[in-house]
Amino acid sequence: MTVAPGKRRRSSRYETTAAWLFVAPWVVKLVLLTVLPLIATVALGFMTMPVTGMPRWAGLANYEQMMADPAFRRSAQNSLTFALASVPLRLLIALGLALLLHRTRAFSGFYQTIFYLPFLMPAVAASIVFILLLTPGAGPVNVILQTFGLNPPDWLRDPRAALWTLVLISLWPLGVETLVFLSGLQNIPKDVQEAAELDSDRPWHRLVWITIPLITPMILFNLVIGIISSFQIFTQALVIGGPSGQPAESTLMYMVVIYRTAFRYFNLGYAAALSTVLFLGVLVVTLLIFSTARSWVHYEGGDQR
Amino acid sequence: MTDLAGPRDGADPPAAAARRRRGKRRQGTVVGTILSHALMLSIAAIFMLPFYWMVISAFKANNEIFTATITWFPDPIRWENVPALFNRPDFPFLRQFGNSVFYAGMVTIGTVLSCSIAAYAFACLRWKGRDLVFGLTIATLLIPAIVLFLPTYIVFARVGLVGTYWPLIAPAFLGDAFFIFMLRQFFLGIPRELIDAARLDGASEFRIFWQIVLPQAQTALVVVALFTIVYTWHEFFGPLIYLIDRNDFPLSLGLYAFRTQRAVEWSMTMMGSFFTALPLVVLFLFTRRLFHEGLATSSLK
Repeated sequence: MTVAPGKRRRSSRYETTAAWLFVAPWVVKLVLLTVLPLIATVALGFMTMPVTGMPRWAGLANYEQMMADPAFRRSAQNSLTFALASVPLRLLIALGLALLLHRTRAFSGFYQTIFYLPFLMPAVAASIVFILLLTPGAGPVNVILQTFGLNPPDWLRDPRAALWTLVLISLWPLGVETLVFLSGLQNIPKDVQEAAELDSDRPWHRLVWITIPLITPMILFNLVIGIISSFQIFTQALVIGGPSGQPAESTLMYMVVIYRTAFRYFNLGYAAALSTVLFLGVLVVTLLIFSTARSWVHYEGGDQR
Repeated sequence: MTDLAGPRDGADPPAAAARRRRGKRRQGTVVGTILSHALMLSIAAIFMLPFYWMVISAFKANNEIFTATITWFPDPIRWENVPALFNRPDFPFLRQFGNSVFYAGMVTIGTVLSCSIAAYAFACLRWKGRDLVFGLTIATLLIPAIVLFLPTYIVFARVGLVGTYWPLIAPAFLGDAFFIFMLRQFFLGIPRELIDAARLDGASEFRIFWQIVLPQAQTALVVVALFTIVYTWHEFFGPLIYLIDRNDFPLSLGLYAFRTQRAVEWSMTMMGSFFTALPLVVLFLFTRRLFHEGLATSSLK
């Protein structure tokens, strides 16, 4: 990974000193703005923190409050539901788009651009546009669906529909995932593809047994990033549902609860406890994924033979 | 797929053999080509619909947005909405646009500088502790931002920096885990011989970094800069927490503040959204290839 062995090198002490100088700013950030805040948040979860003055030890009070807090339960449930629905759908649709793009020869760049553009839309702007788009009488979505004989819900005002509307909106900015899959597909060696085509005439077989196994590293990448970010959905939920998760707390997300606890009610100790739970949740899920990854992710030239 | 439009004859066996094998999968018919483009165009239309609706609503009057029948094109086109956006006392758009440019510009300079020096240490130097620090760096990608945000906020608040851009910009000058990782991947692809030759010539590590590695990695630096611009332009949570005065807001937060206060002014909100997204779209259209390249490198570990 570094230098070809056997080459004459200058003293390793010189290199180590140089390296630490190069990496010093980052190490400062790693310690001061990452490791210490992480410890501080966990500690703060056991304290009450007035806006001015010193924090006071509170034991498990914050966690006891959490157990009795309906907003905690409701928002955790909403965020989990959102992640469980949004992440797999995003991966499936992105993969489908990438497969389509990969087959398309003419105008491929044009389609790529169009699929990528939604990613460039700031989440605030995108959410506001979707509110208009999905408002009956102002947006075209219901009109289009009705011409197909469908009976669309009241997307944003029906408490039974609003969370699923957020899932739907999350399927719009898929550009990054799609291009990651596409670069994976384009990296499949030509001879592997041609051998596969000789082996089986059924495209479905080739997809399941050849193509997908070869892009499992990209699936892992998109899966992990997707889960981490969907657990933290905030902007869309705040713009669409406000700090109380309208309608009827149906879009109340976990991050929104942390935000209002810390920065509207100034209950920093409780917000820290909520954050600690989020951290542990993300940690457990990603560890679970990574521990299974060995058995389903195929790295080129890796453990296969 | 356009190459399938003409009549096919298997006259030239050696060249055609490989092509045919690949062509067979695509059911080499004109109908197939048309159908697949029809499918792609329909999907593209669905993806473009929000953009289209944003733009046409921006050029309607408020009472033309909510109508009994849907109007697919503004009639008349309200061009006066454009200057109106720039002349509102309760939505200092130009000021906020300037704030966004400043914010994204500073974070980008800081990120490119700090991440490239750290990536150099991880990719081109051998030192004790490197793998440990690099592992820690990658592990921090898994920490939800809010966890680190709370104590940092308390500190910044106590030293009186809330209401300024300091908490939003200064950390960028120390590095960012994702972009350090991305640049490291690029730097690992730089030919070792170049660096080793310079070392044998007695060049200092900083000179090797500055005169050999950076010029070789220009594309990578531009890619990191582009992604940083996009992410900072989008950034919402940080400005929401740290900034107080509307005149200090960057665009995405300014748009949110305007929408919260004037929920019924749809055409102005849409015009604001349009001009918030436009700079990024223009930037992207000129640099599309680089975006793609950056994603390809960062996901292939």
